[in-house]
Amino acid sequence: MEHNSEPRQDRVKLCQRCESRPASVHVSTVVNGEKFDRLLCEECARQEGAYHFMLIPQFTIQHVLGGLIGASPTGQLRQAVVDKSCPVCGYSYKQFAETGRLGCDHCYDAFHEELEPLVKRLHGSVEHHGKVPKRAGQNILQQRTLDELRRKMQDAIAREAFEEAAKWRDEIRVLEGQPQQDQGGHSDGAL
Amino acid sequence: MAPFSAWMQAKGPDADIVLSSRIRLARNLKNTVFPNRLNDESAKKMLDQIEWAIGDLGSGWNMHFQKLDSLSPIHRQVQVEKHLISPALIEEPVKYKALAVDEKESISIMVNEEDHLRIQILLSGLQLKEAWTIADQLDDVLEQRLDYAYDNHSGYLTACPTNIGTAMRASVMVHLPALVLTRQASQVFTTLAQIGMVVRGLYGEGSDAVGNIFQISNQVSLGLSEEEFIHNLATVTQQIVGRERHARQYLQDNAGVVLTDRVERAWGLLTHARIMSSEEALRLLSEVKLGQDLNLLPQTESTFTQLTLLTRPGFLQSLAGHELQAAERDQIRAQFLRSKLRGESGPE
Repeated sequence: MEHNSEPRQDRVKLCQRCESRPASVHVSTVVNGEKFDRLLCEECARQEGAYHFMLIPQFTIQHVLGGLIGASPTGQLRQAVVDKSCPVCGYSYKQFAETGRLGCDHCYDAFHEELEPLVKRLHGSVEHHGKVPKRAGQNILQQRTLDELRRKMQDAIAREAFEEAAKWRDEIRVLEGQPQQDQGGHSDGAL
Repeated sequence: MAPFSAWMQAKGPDADIVLSSRIRLARNLKNTVFPNRLNDESAKKMLDQIEWAIGDLGSGWNMHFQKLDSLSPIHRQVQVEKHLISPALIEEPVKYKALAVDEKESISIMVNEEDHLRIQILLSGLQLKEAWTIADQLDDVLEQRLDYAYDNHSGYLTACPTNIGTAMRASVMVHLPALVLTRQASQVFTTLAQIGMVVRGLYGEGSDAVGNIFQISNQVSLGLSEEEFIHNLATVTQQIVGRERHARQYLQDNAGVVLTDRVERAWGLLTHARIMSSEEALRLLSEVKLGQDLNLLPQTESTFTQLTLLTRPGFLQSLAGHELQAAERDQIRAQFLRSKLRGESGPE
């Protein structure tokens, strides 16, 4: 058996086994002196047991991520970071660096310090501006609306549009009064 | 099970070029380890929980829940070929993986792929906003029943940090034969990469664009709202559709007989060949589709996406009702395509 990896730029050949992924491995088999040539994708080549002959490691998002995570000015992860692990699920930062995947939702807290710059590099931002789940994010939704109203009020004050500012202030008061009413009617309408 | 999904009827806006629009949301359960770390006990517990939640959605959603190990390997592969699930979902071990699909096969939910839940909406043509509306509603009703892992600052938390935030991937599948023929495609794709869009082949990550079919999606998921991400992709897609139409006009004006010769040759091969590899079939079907779009060839009852699906190995084997070797598949594929294009009643 002999194998080599052939990246093809011009025309894409599909794997002759699964017929869905691009072929990247040329597998030649000699049976009773007769030679068979086939083009397979990495996955099928691996399933057929040909993969361990290949010297080129997979270039997947996890591997690239793993590289990014492991990267530091000295090229080495600090021992303190390597030893870090998630107190909830026990997943270690080393495992994350190897797989590019986290263990559970609490890993985001546990590795916050290391993840923040990575997320920034991946997304160009660290702040979520999208959907807020209705149940899990009830307070968050209200907080966002309040922030927006306060911004509008400040803006109105800066423009000396005090009548408008008063309008925003009233809306903020109404909104801030709500949770207290919801919690059993102790509201006196002020905070 | 109907052989084809509703979106394959190609009735959506610009469906001659935009084959489908897809929204995919990743969701995970709070206080539960991600799928790659689940053990038998925790996996079973969470799978039961999700099966209950999906079952409890009620008849309005019409979701049919199936554990993956209850499906034959060929049936699993057909679900991938129909784009209902990702190739990653059917990778072994499939124990504790599941999928739920609605009657029209527009909505699917993958359970225990990379994340606990992947909600997917697939519609014909350029309908990203419509797909998002459905995804948003389904997500809401699921959230009434499941505790999601969500963080005020980072958004929805996912197994891989590349998906956090909205945890949304919006994508369109486009057929761009004229941009490829006029050698403009690579330039268009380079530009897309510069504005944070990814271009992939027919079957997503790691697959290549056979048959001039490309998937375009947003690369990042954090920092903008879902509506903003969708708006960006929809705008870009409209521009690409415009470029493709322009290139088609250019070909018609400047390459008249060469173009006609090309598409008629493709038609000739597909209606006469006896042995057809899937790769050759996709390439020829793409040219026939271009010919049909430009009224150079007769229309067929089957749409392009239906014919494309007909060339896939899993689908062929499920129609045949048994496993087929590659050489047999090439013959049956040629036979199916011949009869479909000639308008004979198919062998199904």
